[in-house]
Amino acid sequence: MKPVLLLLALLTAAAAPRSGYDDASPETRAMQDDDDANPGFLWVREGEAQWSKPAGPDGKSCASCHHDATISMRGVAARYPLIDTVSEQPMTLDQRIAQCREERQRADPLPPESEAALGLSAYVGLQSRGMPLHVRADSPFVAAGRRLFETRLGQLNLSCAQCHDERAGMKLGGATIPQGHPNGYPEYRLEWQAMGSLYRRLRDCMTGVRAEPFAPESLQAAELALYLAVRAEGLKVETPAVRP
Amino acid sequence: MKRRLLLAGSAALLAIRPAQATPVQVAALIRDLVGGAPLTQGNMKLDLPVMVENGNTVSVTVSVDAQPGAVHSLHLFAEGNPLPEVMHFSFGPRAGLPRVQTRIRLATSQTVIAIAQMRDGTFRQDSVDLLVTLAACID
Amino acid sequence: MVRVLLNAPKQVPKGQPFNVKLLISHPMESGQRRDAMGMAIPRHIINQIVCKLDEEEVFRMNLFPAIAANPFLVFSATAEQSGTLTITFTDDNGVEQTETTPVEVV
Ligand code: HEC
Ligand code: HEC
Repeated sequence: MKPVLLLLALLTAAAAPRSGYDDASPETRAMQDDDDANPGFLWVREGEAQWSKPAGPDGKSCASCHHDATISMRGVAARYPLIDTVSEQPMTLDQRIAQCREERQRADPLPPESEAALGLSAYVGLQSRGMPLHVRADSPFVAAGRRLFETRLGQLNLSCAQCHDERAGMKLGGATIPQGHPNGYPEYRLEWQAMGSLYRRLRDCMTGVRAEPFAPESLQAAELALYLAVRAEGLKVETPAVRP
Repeated sequence: MKRRLLLAGSAALLAIRPAQATPVQVAALIRDLVGGAPLTQGNMKLDLPVMVENGNTVSVTVSVDAQPGAVHSLHLFAEGNPLPEVMHFSFGPRAGLPRVQTRIRLATSQTVIAIAQMRDGTFRQDSVDLLVTLAACID
Repeated sequence: MVRVLLNAPKQVPKGQPFNVKLLISHPMESGQRRDAMGMAIPRHIINQIVCKLDEEEVFRMNLFPAIAANPFLVFSATAEQSGTLTITFTDDNGVEQTETTPVEVV
């Protein structure tokens, strides 16, 4: 690498990540800042109810094993995705919750993007609000996620990096291209008029470049989510964030 | 460009694009409301961002410079929406300040008009011209 | 039952206006959209909200499809004596739901 390029690369790497919050309008930020006005809290309250609702043959709830979420789930969302010690695969928080629901609570799976699934994820995520994201960066899955992020996709032949690294801060149509960080999920999008998962957002960005989105349970989707978290190192968790 | 692609890609919900309401239609609605009573500009405020990030959810506040109890009702109209009526809001005996905040949908860049009906039979009006950068694909 | 967040101060001074915030989980389907098959999605909105303090009305609101999904309201009320603040809303299917919160005058 030429010295100038190397220097540039180092500078880019050193720059602190910028949350999508800072690119949103004052009205959208105000909506996120007031818990009584943030529509994401409708889902948080749903999740809080789910947390202590018995399900499955043993009549157990999340609370039966994890008790008070404000204590047991504190800081958890800030260190996901992680490499699961059993499967040795990257696992997102949503996948961990689904695993607990199906294997430990032995209850029917919650449909992805359902109020109950998003609610639980938002309620668990809220317990880390304000804490810096910090996931382990030293696995080959992170490198694989980075390669996916930098690979040109779809009929538009654009990589995530071309928009979110190279053109962040620039305008696209009426919207500012954010750096594309995962620190607010699940989040309330004005465009969706609803809460949605990080996976839903990735799917949107992939269909946006006319690419076939990675399947929700695919290794690629988890690797991408893992790399996004590494890339957002130190950004504070904002769940439930509000974005345009 | 991106938005169009996103919409084409997800294609979950496509908008019907009905004709927009027109300033003439809104003027007629306001005439029905006000009748022959006096209608003045000012002494009330319609608060909306002039640049709207996403027309699906636009924060709006309507307030009247008046004692609690002096205002009968507030009415909101959007000239550029397919259906121009947005809300009618009337104050009861236990109302506090004559002020209400909500969130509305705006289909496109347009003029939004608020009318306050006072208990003394007079009317007040305020309006805002705004630019919707990403229009809501629905009303 | 839809989820509702109704936030009023626990204690309010007698006769002084206080702010109340209301969030209702509702799609406010405008009747202006088509689904992926091109079929019109029927209108389904909350069309009326009535708020009372005990038996006396605070406000009455008619809503149209231009009210955003998950309706949000901030309004002002006054109380002369402790009581119950009640919100009752009705949707296009005629379903009515009521939420209450106590207000204590100090
Ligand atoms: C039968 C007991 C049981 C039930 C019921 C249960 N869990 Fe768990 N959960 C566990 C155990 C044990 C672990 C630790 C697993 C590990 O460390 O690998 C865990 C781990 C987790 C984690 C990851 C914590 C971390 O520090 O990484 C989350 C998040 C979680 N559970 C959420 C839930 C939710 C949400 C529910 C309800 C849908 C639930 N759990 C129901 C036993 C349970
Ligand atoms: C054509 C440019 C473009 C490409 C390519 C693109 N995005 Fe985006 N992305 C955007 C824009 C613009 C937004 C925000 C505005 C919006 O909502 O559309 C966004 C938003 C995001 C967000 C949400 C950030 C937040 O604060 O909530 C994430 C995460 C994201 N993108 C990830 C990705 C990933 C991963 C890829 C590659 C698979 C990708 N994007 C590809 C333009 C792009």
